[in-house]
Amino acid sequence: MDFSSKEMIFLDTLTESPQATSSLSHRVAPLVHPEEQFKVLNSAGITGGPTNSGRFELDLASCGWPRLKPERLEIMQINLGKLCNMTCRHCHVDAGPDRIEENMDRETVNACLDALDRSGAQTVDLTGGAPELNRNFEYLVEECVQRGLRVLDRCNLTILLTRPYEHLPEWFAERGIEVVCSLPHYRKIGTDAQRGDGAYQKSIQALHRLNQAGYGKGDLQRKLVLVTNPVGAFLSGNQVSLEAEWKVALARNHGIYFDQLLTLNNLPMSRYLEWLVDTNQVELYLNRLLQAFNPSTIAGLMCRNTLSISWDGYLYDCDFNQQLKMRMDVARTHVRDFDLATWREHSIRTARHCYGCTAGDGSSCGGAIA
Amino acid sequence: MDHYYDRSHLSRFGEIAEGNKELADAFFNYYNKVFEEGALTVREKALIALAVANVVQCPYCIDAYTTACLEAGSDLEQMTEAVHVATAIRGGASLMHGVQMLDQVKQLTM
Repeated sequence: MDFSSKEMIFLDTLTESPQATSSLSHRVAPLVHPEEQFKVLNSAGITGGPTNSGRFELDLASCGWPRLKPERLEIMQINLGKLCNMTCRHCHVDAGPDRIEENMDRETVNACLDALDRSGAQTVDLTGGAPELNRNFEYLVEECVQRGLRVLDRCNLTILLTRPYEHLPEWFAERGIEVVCSLPHYRKIGTDAQRGDGAYQKSIQALHRLNQAGYGKGDLQRKLVLVTNPVGAFLSGNQVSLEAEWKVALARNHGIYFDQLLTLNNLPMSRYLEWLVDTNQVELYLNRLLQAFNPSTIAGLMCRNTLSISWDGYLYDCDFNQQLKMRMDVARTHVRDFDLATWREHSIRTARHCYGCTAGDGSSCGGAIA
Repeated sequence: MDHYYDRSHLSRFGEIAEGNKELADAFFNYYNKVFEEGALTVREKALIALAVANVVQCPYCIDAYTTACLEAGSDLEQMTEAVHVATAIRGGASLMHGVQMLDQVKQLTM
């Protein structure tokens, strides 16, 4: 990969960003391989769930879902690559500053746009890594805005303080981009534990900038959404209750405003799985998920309305399956061959990590389900 | 059973219905209702429960409400403050009774 001047500046300022760990890939850790992750997950002793079998497809079947099929394609989620200025402890993408190779090129971006035109999806959800670091990011956003689509940027906040991306809050505001930001807690201790020392202070600073650009004040064209993942081996709390508390706390402590809070569960995979293994909590966490299995979340699972595309243009049922290299169960798995009728008829692929999405109030990129 | 406390008892709490289902149902219905979102949030109620659990020194309750506090969105600093509130009231209650002692000493001595 050759670097543009913009990226050279970025690499230069990388060391300023918080790092909670390093990537599995960088350390050549065994868990970098999906088959190693499945080995850990599948060897855990399981109690709980409707069938007590620890087999997700059997538990779905016992709840009246013998085959998990899509509903209506509403969201195209494009993962622009694994490059990130941060290295959060729970990252399911195993993203980091060292992941410079796996990033979407212009040809694949254009193939995504062509597929988007065929898909009928009204929302484009951009993720990564830090999606803003992809050199095609602004081009892709502009193309989607011109098509009149709703565009979401999944933002780690600290990138908005990193040269040369400091213009983005205003740039987003001018285009009505929805900014969906990761913040595990409205206080420092949990935020820095998960995202690295200094992450909290920078996140607060970035939120101020978004507020200054008009975000977080009830304007639908400047929608600011916060996303919280539990900082540990427990499930996320009630989304409605937490949103009200967070709004009071962030306004009182920092004068910060936002529009919506999404609560997500951590899925047992990648760096979060590594943490569970290191702290000997794999079984405890899986059983916690199983015991909280909630059948009323199944209808609203995001794999039923979302198409996930990887940096190299392959199709998946979700971003988690994408990181586990579980390609969509269709004959032609590249985005240039995407066909809506085929998508509607295909079966969604599942495995043990899926229990993260059906636990408690449920979990998706759009937050709680039930 | 060769010891008094057993961790597995926590998840078996419901078995208490074996001796009297009606009372157990009434208790658990009440219990669940208490912890619903109300004038206090779920998180605030979990913090109160954690503080009380420490005062009554119930290891089952401390186990359950440590996790409940985290799940409800509290962090270590907030939970530690809740335990200090419990400690202050517990210690303060002892010290407050000292005034009774003080009055009695004044009455009985020259």
